[in-house]
Amino acid sequence: MIPKNVMSEPSWYESSARARIEGLLDSGSFEEILPPQSRVMSPHLALFDLPPAFDDGMIVGRGQIDGCPVAVAAQEGQFMGGTFAEVSGAKLVGLLRGVAHSAGTRQGVGAVLLLLDTGGVRLQEANAGEMAVSETIRAIIDVRRAGVPVIALIGGRAGAFGGGGLVTACCSHVVISEQGRISVSGPEVIETNKGVEEFDSRDRALVWRVTGGRSRVLLGGADSYVKGDVGSFRKAAAQARNSTPSFSLETLEREQERLTERLKLYGSCHDTPEIWRIAGLPEPEGIADMTEDDFMSLLAKEGLHHDAR
Amino acid sequence: MEKFTIQAQAKEPLGGERSEAVTGVVASGNLEILFERNKDSLVVTVEVMTASHGYKPVWDAVIRDFVERVSPGGMHISIHDNGARPDTVLLRLMQGARLMEAQS
Repeated sequence: MIPKNVMSEPSWYESSARARIEGLLDSGSFEEILPPQSRVMSPHLALFDLPPAFDDGMIVGRGQIDGCPVAVAAQEGQFMGGTFAEVSGAKLVGLLRGVAHSAGTRQGVGAVLLLLDTGGVRLQEANAGEMAVSETIRAIIDVRRAGVPVIALIGGRAGAFGGGGLVTACCSHVVISEQGRISVSGPEVIETNKGVEEFDSRDRALVWRVTGGRSRVLLGGADSYVKGDVGSFRKAAAQARNSTPSFSLETLEREQERLTERLKLYGSCHDTPEIWRIAGLPEPEGIADMTEDDFMSLLAKEGLHHDAR
Repeated sequence: MEKFTIQAQAKEPLGGERSEAVTGVVASGNLEILFERNKDSLVVTVEVMTASHGYKPVWDAVIRDFVERVSPGGMHISIHDNGARPDTVLLRLMQGARLMEAQS
């Protein structure tokens, strides 16, 4: 059931990318780069007889959050599955490179917010999309090296899959809601390649139990867990800006150690309740069915077991 | 994909100060509409790009209805449609006109 205090709030999951930006930033502060009227669109979709989008499903620009300048990129998950493609990728990479370039100057921003909502690379322009993903990862690393945190906000319909999962994992901080999902191979991909016994992509409870927000935050794949309203994402993004770990070799080595240990402990598990049992969580079978408030107090009690990112 | 342009004459120019507005998303059964301003304040131009073939007479009817209801004179309207039903098209057109009428 939707908690009473967020029922009347706009939902991140239901909102369009533009509505998310509007709710996230200080009112009227967003300045879009390459807005719809500049019509920078995919040159490839017409070949496939598909209608383009004015912004190619990627909205980039600058704005403020509590008066602090930030750069923002939002994917529209409902257009072509929020995919990485030639134009959408170039817009994101350009924004990130601009941030790295201007870090420490008067045009610099305090953080980059990535509102990812993506199934991965757009298959109609896959080569350009794959390159866009690797260029994005490189650009995120450069932004972080320049001392600017990159914060991923995950709670859209498409989740963060494929290259989107890799990009998320490269960020300084990941905020997620119950509806949010992060993974590399999506449920349908696993089923197609390994069979329905391996993973039943139509079993929605299984999909969310494995890739969903609760599992990701308990396993250290996300750093903050929020209720699914736009206001909670805004609050978490504003806080995360000031609490990201240093981007040092030491941090990465600690993370590598944690991941090795995690694989050793949970590598043979087939579903998340098995993991929670080994981890010693109370009611391992009931984690997915708890109310939001109960889950958040469990999370507060358990603490976050990672030093990643 | 089918492309065509529909022109209409409105009785009144559409008020408001916004120079452009976008509404909707190119999702399945949905469409996105970009409103801009024409030089001529009574002409309405609608450029349609649609994934569904053979529905031009329906588009003509929906746009005629919209022009009669709202009188969106001076609007240059560009549409990317991914199979939206006529009621969704009319709803988005009304939303776009409302956004353009905003005072800032």
